[in-house]
Amino acid sequence: MLDSLNEPGGPLKLAVPRGALMDEVLDLLDRVGIDTSGVRGDSRSLVFDGGEVTLVTMRPYDVPTYVEAGAADLGITGKDVLLEQDDRRIFELLDLDIGLCRMVLATRKGDAGPSEHQRRLGMMRIATKYPRIAERYFEGEGRQVEVVEVKGSIELAPLVGLADGIVDLVATGRTLVENNLEEREQIVTCTARLVGNEVAYRLRSEEVDSLTSRLRGAAG
Amino acid sequence: MIHPIPPGTRDVLPDEMRELRKLEESLLGVFEDFDYGEVRTPTIEYADVVGRGDEGSAGDAYRFFDDRGELLALRTDMTIPIARLVATRFGEVPPPWRLSYVANSYRAVTPQRARLREFGQAGVELIGVDGPDCVAEVVEIMARSLDAVGLGKSVIGLGDAGLWAALVRDLGGTEETVESSSRRLAAHDMVGLGAGLRECGEFEAGQVDALLKVVQMRGGPDLIASARGLGGKRFDGVLDLMEETCGAISARSVGERIQIDFGMLRELGYYTGSILEVYDPSVGEAIGGGGRYDGLMQRFGVEQPAAGFSLYLEPIHKAQLEQDRIRGRARDA
Repeated sequence: MLDSLNEPGGPLKLAVPRGALMDEVLDLLDRVGIDTSGVRGDSRSLVFDGGEVTLVTMRPYDVPTYVEAGAADLGITGKDVLLEQDDRRIFELLDLDIGLCRMVLATRKGDAGPSEHQRRLGMMRIATKYPRIAERYFEGEGRQVEVVEVKGSIELAPLVGLADGIVDLVATGRTLVENNLEEREQIVTCTARLVGNEVAYRLRSEEVDSLTSRLRGAAG
Repeated sequence: MIHPIPPGTRDVLPDEMRELRKLEESLLGVFEDFDYGEVRTPTIEYADVVGRGDEGSAGDAYRFFDDRGELLALRTDMTIPIARLVATRFGEVPPPWRLSYVANSYRAVTPQRARLREFGQAGVELIGVDGPDCVAEVVEIMARSLDAVGLGKSVIGLGDAGLWAALVRDLGGTEETVESSSRRLAAHDMVGLGAGLRECGEFEAGQVDALLKVVQMRGGPDLIASARGLGGKRFDGVLDLMEETCGAISARSVGERIQIDFGMLRELGYYTGSILEVYDPSVGEAIGGGGRYDGLMQRFGVEQPAAGFSLYLEPIHKAQLEQDRIRGRARDA
């Protein structure tokens, strides 16, 4: 199977996100008749035969890159990833209604709120893994901030004084509480989305539409 | 010694240069067969010429001041310079004008996205032929060009720049909704499009479903008949034009290359009427595009119908190499 991976034709290639979203995504794929046993098995492979589709596993953040280039025909990833990479030329086909998260602004518990901070200093420093979403949000609100991009545990930044607040994705909010942070504003809610490559969407329209409509049925 | 070049640009070495030259000559040969004369225009234009053509692409243009303080821009495509050239120099020559080009253009791109700032295009512009035959002639040349460079499996998508707006207006949408939904459609955000149409409160649930269904319709010419009645008068008018265009294309026996696509909306702002895009199964991005652009000619003061296309040389070369590789493997097997 690995031989024919970069040739046109053959089963559609579906990029599947590893990480927090993965279990819910695999359950959904099971419901539309895609064989996910290979991915679920403990294997270090990255590519799996799913029957009608070939499953390609990767970090959620990489899904738009592969789909835009046509290395994957379809992909599943969070809306947070799509918002952060909104200049990618990919088709957003379907809201899968799974993996619900919120993008929030949080600050240290007990601190004066962001508005008080803004009033006194006129400027906040915000740490985030999502610099574009953060910049767009504050710009849209007419608030001046300095966005600091960090890759690892964002919660650390306000605790040790790197930033006044963070913009991050939360599901339950428990990590925030554990780190003595408090949610102040909700920026946007995010769910998993089915995305497609523009050429596959046109040239393999029947297969793409069939899978999309079955996923719509299974998700709704 | 290492002397870097800017990201998004590249050197071409002799082996590849031979292949690229052959590709360009094949295309120019086809253009010549159809009696299109090749032109060359300056790489630099006045910035307001580029902006007059299309405000959107002017935003991506590299702009700079010359020694006299004039604001100049590197051209972002060849269609705008040719519209300028025709308006300025062909006033006395009776239309139609058939012109072709092979040239590099320049756009600012996001770094690290495998996109080129300097890219090659080969194409034709047909100015002064009215009716469906204008686009049909251009499509025929496009199909012959793709055959000439060995991309017989590529597909030409045919859409209409006014289709979506006509449909939304027919179903009672406001101009604001036409604008916001067009933006989402151009970005191919079907989820956001659906949410926006539901939230604006101008449509019943059944109408939203119909709108979303139409923009995801793509396939053979019979789609046009099946879409009748989904909108109203304006939408049917667009369908009539598409039907005529399809008929004229089939009459030139290249109808089997066409895929009708009701959801296509090209990013370039100057198209009015038919729009075209080319896809090949071996490349993940469009390898060419074009359409009808009467509006662009008007902006340069010429009241003439016009259509054209350009093929993107780098992805086409990539598709050729991919075909060679697949053929080679088939031989080995």
